[in-house]
Amino acid sequence: MSIIVDTDTKLVVSGLTGREGTFHGLRNRDYGTELVAGVTPGKGGQDVDGVPVFDTISEAVEERGANTSMVFVPARFAAAAIDEAIASGVKTVVAITEGIPVHDMLKTYWKAREAGVRLIGPNCPGVLSPGKANVGIIPAQFFDPGPIGVVSKSGTLTYQIGNELKQAGAGNSTIVGIGGDPVVGSDFIDILTLFEEDPDTELIVMVGEIGGDAEERAAEFIAENVTKPVVGYIAGFTAPPGRQMGHAGAIISGSSGTAQAKKDALEAKGVRVGTSPTEAAQIAVQVLTS
Amino acid sequence: MDLLEYQGKQLFAKHGVPTPSGIHAATVDDAVVAANEIGYPCVVKAQVAIGKRGKAGGIKIADNEAEARAHSEAILGMDIRGFTVHDLWIERASDIANEYYASVILDRGEKKLLAMLSRMGGMDVEEIAESDPTAMVKRHVEPGGSLEVEVAREIAHEAQIDDDVVDGVARMLVQLADLAVAEDATLIEVNPLIVTADREVIALDSKVTIDGNSMFRHEDLAAYPDKSAEDPQEAMAKEKGLTYVKLDGNVGILGNGAGLCMSTLDVVAQAGGDPANFLDAGGGSKAEAIVDALEVITSDEKVTAVLFNIFGGITRCDEVAKGIIEASTHVQLKVPLVVRLDGTNQEEGLRLLAEANLPNLHQEKTMLGAAARVVELANA
Repeated sequence: MSIIVDTDTKLVVSGLTGREGTFHGLRNRDYGTELVAGVTPGKGGQDVDGVPVFDTISEAVEERGANTSMVFVPARFAAAAIDEAIASGVKTVVAITEGIPVHDMLKTYWKAREAGVRLIGPNCPGVLSPGKANVGIIPAQFFDPGPIGVVSKSGTLTYQIGNELKQAGAGNSTIVGIGGDPVVGSDFIDILTLFEEDPDTELIVMVGEIGGDAEERAAEFIAENVTKPVVGYIAGFTAPPGRQMGHAGAIISGSSGTAQAKKDALEAKGVRVGTSPTEAAQIAVQVLTS
Repeated sequence: MDLLEYQGKQLFAKHGVPTPSGIHAATVDDAVVAANEIGYPCVVKAQVAIGKRGKAGGIKIADNEAEARAHSEAILGMDIRGFTVHDLWIERASDIANEYYASVILDRGEKKLLAMLSRMGGMDVEEIAESDPTAMVKRHVEPGGSLEVEVAREIAHEAQIDDDVVDGVARMLVQLADLAVAEDATLIEVNPLIVTADREVIALDSKVTIDGNSMFRHEDLAAYPDKSAEDPQEAMAKEKGLTYVKLDGNVGILGNGAGLCMSTLDVVAQAGGDPANFLDAGGGSKAEAIVDALEVITSDEKVTAVLFNIFGGITRCDEVAKGIIEASTHVQLKVPLVVRLDGTNQEEGLRLLAEANLPNLHQEKTMLGAAARVVELANA
């Protein structure tokens, strides 16, 4: 087992004919992901290195049995592409695109929820289940199969921690980059729920950063619902203080959104938080082997 | 993108939200002409994207032309908590009977817009929440819908807004919610929202944040001159398209990816260092971006050592190495540069750097080792 992507994944890539889409789509295929189709309106009938291209995602679902969509479409068209994927019948949508307007994502978020489609991202590195499937841009060479689930807002920080885990001899069930945008399809809580249910995941590493209150909410959730050990890491203790425009943000969350507030919230619920990616990885390995 | 008060008010006016009439001025002479046109008494207001302007002396009432001139001279160029005043907003003085608070904000947790209203305006929202948590009435806007007038009236009643202005306040709340959607705002705060002696409902201040990702569909807002990058390094970085934030310390930092870059600042601070900047070279950095980044970082004279912390995923370590070597041919490395290269094409990158044998370049294998080394070199 693993979560979100695995050997049953049949991937359709929106934007497969673009430079990035081609590069990463084929890279995912090389890793072993079953890449069944690409979609680019007006380019139906073409192929990319043998992968058939359709005009719509629905056609890819009907003709190729696609069940997972990856979106590589430019920002101003991306929300529409995600909406199309949600309506096409796929179960999972991974949106890599960066820079999608947040009001577009608000609408798209609720469409995904109503349709029961799992949306990961946008502005995320994707999902990797080592040894099974890679959907996105995570460099798979830094991750081995194993019992640690990783969920993170940040791409490169995830690679850093994955590499530290690998060097310490520990592998991963699944690595999920949820993205750092204000509105993402799946939050820490959604992914923690999946890891809690996944028999192959024995420990969860949660990587957060300043802004919002997703980490604080996750801390509450962990205390109530997660039985597996969770190890945290938060980036941004010395981050430049953003220009404060009004204070309405702090009022809803009841949190300042600082790294310290997040660390405190997690530790108050018994989550051990590493002071560096290195220490977080060390704690994870130590907890796992104890 | 944070709008200045006057820009927010111009946006309000476009959407029918009542504001006092005002004129923007960037020079003392223009401010005096504006004041004469508006009439006296008028208010001379510093336009900076930071709160508590009044306490800092950035808001003054002028009763005549001489006062308008004196206030404008005093306020233009003034430093308010790190922000230089480049713009003034000259506004008709308002006769205030009540001060309320209204805002519409993107609630990230709930994934909905949230409307908030309080009869305790004029003070900080935190203070309101602290002194009386029930004084702030909050209501989410259902996704895809708009704030209904009836719901807004309920909010106003619940907030104990004076009966005679419930309609006016409710109307403004609806307008603000509509404006948030139409203009891609993630925050609109009106504090104070005033009721005048004539019982008019007016937005006396504005704080508006527009989602930067939506700028392609807001040409009017994108056209406002951005005077925020006053610092020479920040201006230079902006020109080169780099994500750079100046800090006060002496350890220059470059990382790839915002998360790893923030984490690098943290470990440098933990090692006893004082970061000089945040610079995210981004994913897939090519040699050219590395050259630009090194130029920006080393143009800050406070910098006594630089750390490049690269974990290559999409970014290739050999490209970073080429960038460093290229940069060294036209930016003289006067300060030590600590490089930690890990990830994609790491061997090739390390080989290139070793062959180039650059003076002042130090390689480290781990992130923590690199942080310790750069702090030691910076403070030597």
